[in-house]
Amino acid sequence: MGVKVMIPTPLRQYAGKRESVDLEAKTVAEALSSLTSQFGELKRHLYSDDGRLRSFVNVYVNDEDIRYLQKEKTALQQGDTISIVPSIAGGTE
Amino acid sequence: MIRVGEALIAKMHEHGAKDYPSECCGALLGSDEGTNRTVLGLVPLVNQRNDSPQNRFSITPEDVLLAEKEARAKGWDLIGWYHSHPDSPARPSEFDREHAWPWYSYIIFQVEKGEAREMRSWRLDDDRAKYEEESIEFISSVPR
Repeated sequence: MGVKVMIPTPLRQYAGKRESVDLEAKTVAEALSSLTSQFGELKRHLYSDDGRLRSFVNVYVNDEDIRYLQKEKTALQQGDTISIVPSIAGGTE
Repeated sequence: MIRVGEALIAKMHEHGAKDYPSECCGALLGSDEGTNRTVLGLVPLVNQRNDSPQNRFSITPEDVLLAEKEARAKGWDLIGWYHSHPDSPARPSEFDREHAWPWYSYIIFQVEKGEAREMRSWRLDDDRAKYEEESIEFISSVPR
């Protein structure tokens, strides 16, 4: 399926300064895997060392949070838009 | 280097004092000219960490999108985030580093017994290993 992945501003520097990347994928996992094989530097910012999506990385398929769908197994349709949206966290020790 | 006008600093300080002893947080809107940045506006946000607001802050993806939208409407960029460290120094914690995004400027200021003090700005390294301090140029008024 041809889908579009929207890249958030802080990560564009690792994706050839692109706002979006078009690729072929059947699931969200495939789309993110294809994205990170194309742009290797994105991986450390999206995934923690144990290979899981970082807690502050939010992924939407056409405005639906994948946490409320089938997470990374969410199936994609031709023309879907996947958005990577940051949440922000921090604090003192 | 990041430029911040006195009026916006005062606004951040007020936010930090009002929310003390909880951490306050908000978005930095402005222009990014490569190595230099200028803060032109703020979007004060609600700290969503109700379980431990005195030493943690959290901004939802919905609020991130809201801040981006506000920046776009003004022809600016969302260039970073500010938050307070109540009774703690204005330097990033390990928790800050683990949760940081690259590229954004992270302004942190100490609020000591309810009074805002030292303010510093930080940016995460490409390899996520550490923060680099970004110098702040304090200016009397923001160029328009």
